[in-house]
Amino acid sequence: MTILANILIVFFISCGLLFIVVSAIGLYRLPDLYTRTHAASKSATLGVMCILLGVFFHFWLKEDHFNPGILLGILFLFITGPVGGHIMSRSSYLAGVKPWSGTVRDDLKEEVERMKKEQGL
Amino acid sequence: MKETIMLVALTLFMIAIAILLYRVIMGPSMPDRAIALDTIGVNLISAIAIVSILLNTKAFLEAILILGILAFIGTIAFSKYIERGVIVERKGDN
Repeated sequence: MTILANILIVFFISCGLLFIVVSAIGLYRLPDLYTRTHAASKSATLGVMCILLGVFFHFWLKEDHFNPGILLGILFLFITGPVGGHIMSRSSYLAGVKPWSGTVRDDLKEEVERMKKEQGL
Repeated sequence: MKETIMLVALTLFMIAIAILLYRVIMGPSMPDRAIALDTIGVNLISAIAIVSILLNTKAFLEAILILGILAFIGTIAFSKYIERGVIVERKGDN
């Protein structure tokens, strides 16, 4: 039983470790702000959720201490991580940060121009 | 075995925070820096969780939730500042 608990904890923690390191490498290598937001909001959120799940299992199975605060933290990060990335990339688009030069399609541009025209009239 | 994995995890968090600090310093625009700081906050949350396993204590587990809330509020406030120029709008300002 304790071997199974150890395997579960180590699996979750190393999985989250992989995702967090990959998201850091993505923030270093990707070419513009929007792709970097994509890397940061998804991958880092999943990584930290995996690590917190591993810590929760450690305190529950090994120390016999059920801690709902960690579960609440997992839920909160699951809700707020993608929302933070979305709001940050949207506001930086409205503030005029240019996408990468290899971008082939920009659907938001026409919509923003239409909104500006409607508000200007 | 498990101690080794925890120490390797802390080392990898340190390397990831160093890479993100490169992005904070060299990032071409302000939202880049904000996103990198948000990801540093996420790394700190996981580092706190790992350290609380290593030290075998439950005292740090409340800090996880508080740090998550603070990182979210900081990101929202900064994005609103980038979009509008103010954070808290007054009534009848426009």
